[in-house]
Amino acid sequence: QLPTGLYKKVLVILHDSILPYMNEPTLMIDFLTVAYGIGGAISLLALNGLFILIHQHNLEYPDFYKKLYSLLDPSIYHVKYRARFFHLADLFLSSSHLPAYLVAAFIKRLSRLALTAPPEALLMVIPFICNLFRRHPACKVLVHRPNGPEDLSEDPYIMEEKEPSESRALESSLWELQSLQNHYHPDVAQAAAVLNQSLSEIEDNISSLLELSACELFDREIKKKNADVPLEFEPVRGLFGKKNDIFTEHFTLD
Amino acid sequence: SNPFEVKVNKQKFNILGRKTKNDVGLPGVSRSKAIKKRTQTLLKEYKEKEKSNVFKDKRFGEYNTKISPEEKMIKRFTLERQQNFGKNNIYNLNEDEELTHYGQSLAEIEKLNDIVDSDSDTEERGTLSAELTAAHFGGGGGLLRKKGSSGQEGEAEEKPKSRKELIEELIAKSKQEKQERQTQRESALELTEKLDNDWKEIQTLMVRKTPKSEKKDKEEKPKPDEYDMIVRELGFEMKAKPSDRMKTEEELAKEEQARLQKLEADRLRRMRGIDEKEEAKKKPKHISADDLADGFILDKDDRRMLSYKDGKINTENEEEEEGGNEESNENEEEGEEEDNEHEEGSEEESAAEDEEGVDEDNHSDLESDLESEEEGTGNKEPNQESNENKSQNMEEQDLKMEAARSELPYTFAVPESYEKFKSLLTGRTIEQQLIILERIQKCNHPSLAVGNKEKLEKLFGFLLEYIGELATLDLPELKTIDRLVLPLYNLCQMFPVSASDSMKFVLRDAAHDMEEMIEVKGRATFPGLDTLIYLKITSLLFPTSDFWHPVVTPTFVYMSQLLTKCRITTLQDVVKGLFICCLFLEYVSLSRRFVPELINFLLGILHISLPKKQAQGYTVVHPFTPVGKNLELLLVSDKKDLETWQKQNLPLSIVTRLKEMSRTELNHIRLSCLALCFDLTKKCAALYESLPSFHEIMHPVRILLTQHLPVSEYPEQMREWYNSALRELENKAKHYTPLVCEKKKPEPLKQYTPKIVKVLEFGRKLGGSKKEQERKRLIHKHKREFKGAIREIRKDNQFLARLQLEEIMERDAARKRKVKELLGSLATQEGEWKAMKRKKRKN
Repeated sequence: QLPTGLYKKVLVILHDSILPYMNEPTLMIDFLTVAYGIGGAISLLALNGLFILIHQHNLEYPDFYKKLYSLLDPSIYHVKYRARFFHLADLFLSSSHLPAYLVAAFIKRLSRLALTAPPEALLMVIPFICNLFRRHPACKVLVHRPNGPEDLSEDPYIMEEKEPSESRALESSLWELQSLQNHYHPDVAQAAAVLNQSLSEIEDNISSLLELSACELFDREIKKKNADVPLEFEPVRGLFGKKNDIFTEHFTLD
Repeated sequence: SNPFEVKVNKQKFNILGRKTKNDVGLPGVSRSKAIKKRTQTLLKEYKEKEKSNVFKDKRFGEYNTKISPEEKMIKRFTLERQQNFGKNNIYNLNEDEELTHYGQSLAEIEKLNDIVDSDSDTEERGTLSAELTAAHFGGGGGLLRKKGSSGQEGEAEEKPKSRKELIEELIAKSKQEKQERQTQRESALELTEKLDNDWKEIQTLMVRKTPKSEKKDKEEKPKPDEYDMIVRELGFEMKAKPSDRMKTEEELAKEEQARLQKLEADRLRRMRGIDEKEEAKKKPKHISADDLADGFILDKDDRRMLSYKDGKINTENEEEEEGGNEESNENEEEGEEEDNEHEEGSEEESAAEDEEGVDEDNHSDLESDLESEEEGTGNKEPNQESNENKSQNMEEQDLKMEAARSELPYTFAVPESYEKFKSLLTGRTIEQQLIILERIQKCNHPSLAVGNKEKLEKLFGFLLEYIGELATLDLPELKTIDRLVLPLYNLCQMFPVSASDSMKFVLRDAAHDMEEMIEVKGRATFPGLDTLIYLKITSLLFPTSDFWHPVVTPTFVYMSQLLTKCRITTLQDVVKGLFICCLFLEYVSLSRRFVPELINFLLGILHISLPKKQAQGYTVVHPFTPVGKNLELLLVSDKKDLETWQKQNLPLSIVTRLKEMSRTELNHIRLSCLALCFDLTKKCAALYESLPSFHEIMHPVRILLTQHLPVSEYPEQMREWYNSALRELENKAKHYTPLVCEKKKPEPLKQYTPKIVKVLEFGRKLGGSKKEQERKRLIHKHKREFKGAIREIRKDNQFLARLQLEEIMERDAARKRKVKELLGSLATQEGEWKAMKRKKRKN
């Protein structure tokens, strides 16, 4: 009923500027549930208000986790409200009473989507996943399945399945994080390599990582001091003069 | 001794085997000892308390008890003699020793040397002296003979001469001779003086006219000097030492290969991000029971290198990936060897050229390097014809270089500022610019002067800036940049740290520009061509396969930002984006690292080549949108353009000027971009096939390729690109093995066997390590010494106090005594006086 821009603006401030001052916050239930159902960024934003209603005003929301699960799509790592969303997701998934299949489905889906994520998001989501493993040890089969079948021709996990319980996440393994161990950013590769070893008991604090931006990442890298700089030993033969240079096939210096 | 002077320390129990040293003490003795010692040391100090002059006894060995008194005396005597030796005491008559020759003192002879030493004299004197000696010494016979003869004569002439007369005659004769000699000598002296004077007169004339003839005359003097000089020179001359023999070409090639192998091994180690220090630290920890402790460690890397050569690989993850690489690597190495040979050949050639050109010799090395490198590129080309063409080009370039060389001055100072640097290079041809840079480097080599290093380090920054400026021109001079990369590389090899700093500086500027733009406008645009060139240069100067690298890693982050943050609104953006994709691929070509942004971007590019419709089965991510205005940017619907299209290499200058192009040309560029995109997809697929989730990564791309692209409309050539990309994607086996964590090392259980501790001394607890024990021992010792020192100080103070008290008492007693005396004398005086009075009165 509202234009998208206004919708977003309202939802951004809803949880801390509107809801606390309302006499009957429950009046917002309809508004929020509709917003939550729209999908995309608006759903993400509606989540915050909804959380307050569920938490403080005893709202019962059927299939909340299923809806949350369906919110996970490749754009969550790229949108502006990433920090906000993951902060809430962390809250929602912190309950130790969640069934293992649900958490496993979340883990699997997050890591599958992480295959398209930028490094700053990866640096946040990998510790996030590690925390989930710590809270729900039953999910550890995803990274450690000693007596499983030798060779699979297909990943058992079904990405397209809307229902977390049907996604067969618990039968799968986290090959995505194994792939990310080859990520070009050294910090990401190291973070992903943590899953090779058994995890420590203490949870990582991801609150500082939530707000990490690409620019901060760049600054952090460029400010590192190093005494010696390794050099390329292959002598230069020109701008496109490397061995098997891709550029010579597609570009000219005109 | 006296039992009252003995103090016995009572022992409660007798313990066998314990030695007691303090069971009996002699307090009196020890006290007197202590007092004696104090009087010797402390008392002396006390007495000399406020006196600054010191008595120093410098007598030899006075306090040395080791030397017996006799030896001491002897040594003192010799010392005395030594001290006096050489001192000429004029009043000392006894020790005046004079050396004589012919009865004359040598000193006097030396004084008269010039006069005596006239050449003819000596002979005469010799004869004379022979006569004289005959007369004086051996002359007994001679005289007698003469006597005899004279006697015979005398018999005839009645003895006209007696012995006395004879002697007188002799003396007279000798005197005469002497006189004659003297006159001769005087005349000779006069003559020489005259000659000298004459010579001086002539000399002044000759100096001006003929210095040469003068030299001849003067040669007498410099000659010995010259000789000396030669002798010295010969003495000090560096002797030719045998050096290492010249290496044969094979050996050189082998060495080069070994060097390259080592560098490659280093690179691999860095790629895997293994810290050498850590490795070194770890090694001693893992000592197996079978270790022979002979220092032999099976080096993992070496083994890897070996297997690398054989074509077998045995490392964990990267096994399969590198399998394909090896052969190509070997080929590369062979190629490099060939290059080396070529280099040598070209060096010979250039050497031959050098002999002809006089001014060239300074630059021959660099030039030959250039040539060989360029030739190397020529050889790399598989196409023979192009090879020939290239070599021809090279020759032409060489000719140009020659020409440029002759026109330029030979020395250049390093420019102080960028403006000066720019003014130095602008208006010159490429060749001239290269030579200028080369000569700047030569003339200011860091080994020649102190400040040169800093200057040349600056030069790298200037050159970088210059390249950036060339790239931002309306007509970017890419050819010039292409050549300028060589000096840049050389400078970078000389000063890696400063080069990396300036590179980082450039990067930081670019990144901050983008950050600002995002803050102000909310979205970023692709940077100019200069930044793209910088990114490319980074890959040329630094190894991009390192796990972490001070320059390359930030570059990665920056490029990732470019691909995720910059909006694609024009065709130029597409070209720039694809350029960065190529860069990414090149950066990770050796390390095979995973770059999600790259796949996303390719997917997005393919997406905007589709006709507008709802995409299904895949999602594009930022900066691409599933719906929006910039869709169909790469869509070409013109049938004619589709047919006439030929795959062409994209000229980089597109990035700056695209407006002048016709529609057909634009469409052709679009299609070229698409083809490039297909090729990159194929390369990505080849690169990432070993990743465990390869299919998931490529899933959206595959769907787009198979289901959405209007393949049927593509021209034949495009279909080939498309098919090769699809083939690369499809024919990968799906292969999943469940993950298993690395086994944790089992922690040893806690055991209840008793802890065994070495017992060194009874009754003392010995816990902890050796270090701890040592520490405890030291603490204990310190405590004891401290106590002892306190006690000593206390006793010292007591001693001093006693001393002072004694002094005071003594002084008081003396005073009392004196007062008493005085009073006594006064009393007697008084008494006497009174007695006198009394007497008077009586009287």
